[in-house]
Order: sequence, then structure tokens, then C-alpha cells
Amino acid sequence: MFSSFMLNSWIVASLVAIVAGVTGLFVVIRANTFAAHALPLGTFPGAAGAALIGVNELWGLIVFAALGVLGISQLSRHQRNDVATALTLITLLGLGTLFLSLSSEYSQGVYALLFGEVLGVSRSEIAPVALLSAAAIGLTILLFRPLLLSSVSEDLGAARGVSNARIELLFLAVLGLATAMALPVVGALLVFSLMLGPASAARLLTDRPLRAMLLSVGIALATVWAALALSYTTNWPVGFFVGTLAALCYGLGRGWARARTALSIHKLARAG
Amino acid sequence: MNDLISAVFAAGFFDSDPVHTAMVIGGGAAIVSAMIGVFTIIRGQSFAGHALADVSSAGGAASFLLGVNPMFGFLGMAVLAAGAMELVGVRRARERDLVTGIVLGAGLGLTALLLYFDVTTRSTTGAAISVMFGSMFAIPAAIIPPALLVGSGVILVAAVIYRPLLLSSLNSTLAEAQGVNVRLVGLVHLLMLSLAVTLSAMTIGAILSTALLIGPAAAALRLVKRPGLAIGLAALIGLGSVWGGILLAYDSYDWTPGHGWPVSFFIVTIIFAVYLLTGLPGRRARRSAMMSRSAEAA
Repeated sequence: MFSSFMLNSWIVASLVAIVAGVTGLFVVIRANTFAAHALPLGTFPGAAGAALIGVNELWGLIVFAALGVLGISQLSRHQRNDVATALTLITLLGLGTLFLSLSSEYSQGVYALLFGEVLGVSRSEIAPVALLSAAAIGLTILLFRPLLLSSVSEDLGAARGVSNARIELLFLAVLGLATAMALPVVGALLVFSLMLGPASAARLLTDRPLRAMLLSVGIALATVWAALALSYTTNWPVGFFVGTLAALCYGLGRGWARARTALSIHKLARAG
Repeated sequence: MNDLISAVFAAGFFDSDPVHTAMVIGGGAAIVSAMIGVFTIIRGQSFAGHALADVSSAGGAASFLLGVNPMFGFLGMAVLAAGAMELVGVRRARERDLVTGIVLGAGLGLTALLLYFDVTTRSTTGAAISVMFGSMFAIPAAIIPPALLVGSGVILVAAVIYRPLLLSSLNSTLAEAQGVNVRLVGLVHLLMLSLAVTLSAMTIGAILSTALLIGPAAAALRLVKRPGLAIGLAALIGLGSVWGGILLAYDSYDWTPGHGWPVSFFIVTIIFAVYLLTGLPGRRARRSAMMSRSAEAA
């Protein structure tokens, strides 16, 4: 499990987990769930398109992530946010079906792109992934305060001179970056699961932003490591373990929050 | 005239059985999805609609594995997911999206596992593509009667609860004041939604069924404001897009080398084009309103 060819997978998966943990917290706070799901899913045709014209897969992913970000932000100017997201998603996926049918040899790769494959990471793939994750995390840290402000209250953010539209666009760009790097590993359909599960659990455990972020990263790392180990031993797809473990995180977080509330009510009743 | 017809409809279009099946099933799915889609957009539940379709793919994958009619697989899983979302039920919209996402993630994980079993045990390598992206010309004709039954059932229920459904979608507080059981209506809507997306998931694939649900309804709601009109218009747009897509895909066998382009691609492209076109009148109206305002100011 820790042999040299698996080492690359562990490194890349850990990077993915850190980025998902950091960005996921804001996805949860800002309730951007649909966008976090739609961007990776709409980005995956980029890989098929890149294979079709024979360029590096990563370029295709970046171009389609950018198209997704632009589509969502442009369409949502005249439309409800969720409808704009849905329209962007279906248009990109429509292109995806075309690309897939044109490159018949690519259909083998579809499953890996949708549901993830961590065993085939080569050493040369680590550098671009590390670069992208550094960019995504750096941008999030740079935006930390305005992002938090506008997430908690748009009016408050606007009063402090934070443009909500611009923040939304920048955050979508961060999501796009995170998507392009995480997609080949976790799979288009389950990137957002890794963002939601750990972050939502962390948010239920603590109210402090910084502590929640560290906790979210920690849980995401644990989730990915466990998924990778389980996938290695059972040979089952990584995506299955990521999706299930993420749901488990959320369930445990809710259970904990409820128990804590019940306990404090109990204490209050005793004190009163 | 005959030349024109034979140029538009490639030879054999009207005699082909797979085309008939695709037109009936696809048309039915388009009409039902577009009608429910109008309510779904008004209620702000596009994400739930998309999630239900995605999760229903687990059922599709399971039916491949068990060798049963895929419709029951898709249907069962979608209803199950709708139940799970309602069970965890939360009132605040933010929290609702989160729960939807978590259920969606778990469901997709299950799809991944079942498709993996499909590939390893039954060596059906095409399962992933046909479940996720659909294969319209490969639909067995035996599916027509149950699919039409489900579709007309959904339309019938929507017609029966039309007023309370519309009222609670537009303003739930007002509906409650009028004695509408908002929670029950919401649950019925969720069930109708899961049936509608199932029908589209079988035809154009799980991850593209959102196109039939949201696209025509969004376009119709841009053109007309009255819900009743919007529903009719959405159904027309949906039907037109699907039939147009089938026709273009059939014709594409003639003008592409080899094997034609996929139906789903044409349907989605037509829907998106129609959506963009419906934005034009609004834009012109806005611009002329702005002009007259600035003229007044001057």
C-alpha cells in the first residue's frame, strides 16, 4: 500500500483533501452546494475534449472549468442562481456527450473521470497539481476576510465595501481551480462530496471560522486516506468510499450537535 | 417539395422502429419533465431535481446488475432518494441544499460501486455511458406502456393538485393561511419530480435529464408570466427539442463519417439555443425602457 508507485497517489490525494477542506468550508457557509457539484461535472468533458485534439488533459480541464465559471456568473445576471447553474451544467455536458462519442477509445476513461482513479498517478502529475492547489489555497487565504463577511451577511459585506458579485465570481474561480486539480483523482461526481461532508461536520462542531477550517482540512484528510486505503484493499472504486464517508461525517456531526444541545438543555434545567 | 422533405428527413426515418420508440418515450418524458420543471423552478428546487436524476442512476446501474427492466431501477432509487431528502427535512433553504448534496454524494458513491460490479461481473463496459448519458435508440419498445402510464399519472396528479401546488410554490405562508397542507404538497411535488426525472434519465441519461427539466421551463418562464401558459409553452418547447434532436441525430448518420452524433448532444444544444433566443425580447424591452427613461430625463 505504501510502495513507491502508491506514494504519488498518497501525495496527490492529500493535496486534494487539503484544498477540498479549505474551499469546502466556504461552500457550506455560502450554500454554494449546487455550484460545487456542477463545476466539476461540467468540467469533465474538458478531459475528453483534450484527448480528442491531443493536448494535455489538464488544459482541457482548466478551459472547461473557466467556461463553467463564466457561464454560471453570466447567466445568473438575468436568472435565478440555481437555474443558471443548471443551464451551464447541461450545456457543458451536452458538449461532453459529443466529445465522448467522437473519441470512441476514450469511453474506457469515462468511468475513471466520473468516479475517480487514484492508482494511476505519475510523478510528473504532482507538480501541476501542487501548483494549482497552492493557487486555490492562496486565493482563499487572500479572500478570507471579505469572503467570510459576505458569506455571513451580504448587507454587512456591502457596507464594508465588499462587492458581492465580485466575491462570488472570485470564489467560483477558486472552486474552478480546485475542481481542475481534484477531478482526475476523486472523479467529477464526487469532488463536491469531499468538499461538503468534512466541512459541514466541522461547522457543526465549532463556530469559530479558523478552527472550523483546520478541522475541516483534518476530517477531509482522514476521509481521503481512509477511502484510499479501503479502495486499495477491496479494489472497489475510491468514489464509493468518499461519498459514503462524507455522508457519515455529516451524520456524525449532526448527531454530535444534537447531543450537545440536549446536554446543555439538561444542564440548564438542572441549574434552574 | 418532395426533395425538401427527403433532405430534412433522411431515408427510413419514419419506418424505423427505434426512432418510433425514441419519439414516443422521449416526447412523453419531455412533456412531463417540462411541466413539472415550471413548478420546480418557481420553488427554487433545480438542484433537488438534478440530484434526484443523478441518484436514480444508482438504480439504473443496479438493474443492469440484476438484469431487470431499467425503468424500475431508476424509479425505485429516485423515490427512495426523494424520501431520504424529505426525511432529513430541514426548513431553511441553505440547509436543504446541503442535505440534498450529502444525499447526492452518497447516492453517486453507490452508483460508482454498482457500475464497478457491472463492469467486473457482467463485463458490460458500456453500462457507465448508457446509464449516465442514455442511449435513446436502444430503448426497448416494451418500456413504452409503463413509461406512458407513469407519465400520464404524474400529469393527472399535477392537474388535481394544481391550485394548492401553485399557491404553495409561489407563497408558502399565504398557502398555509388558506389551509393548504404545505408539507404534504411539497412531498407530492418531490415525488412527481422524481418520477419525471426518471423518465428523462432513461431517455437522455441521468446526468443530462436536468436539461429536459430545467431548460424548457426556464425558457417558457422568460417569455410568459402566467404559470398555466408557461406550463403549456414549456411542454411544447420540450417536445420540439426532443423530436428535433432525434431527427438531427438520425440525419447525422449521413453527414458524419461513421456513426453519427449522439441524440443527447442535439437535444441539449437545441434547448440551450431556445433559452438564449427567449432572452432577446426581454433584452430589447429592457433596452427600450432604458432609452425612454433616459429620453424622459433629457
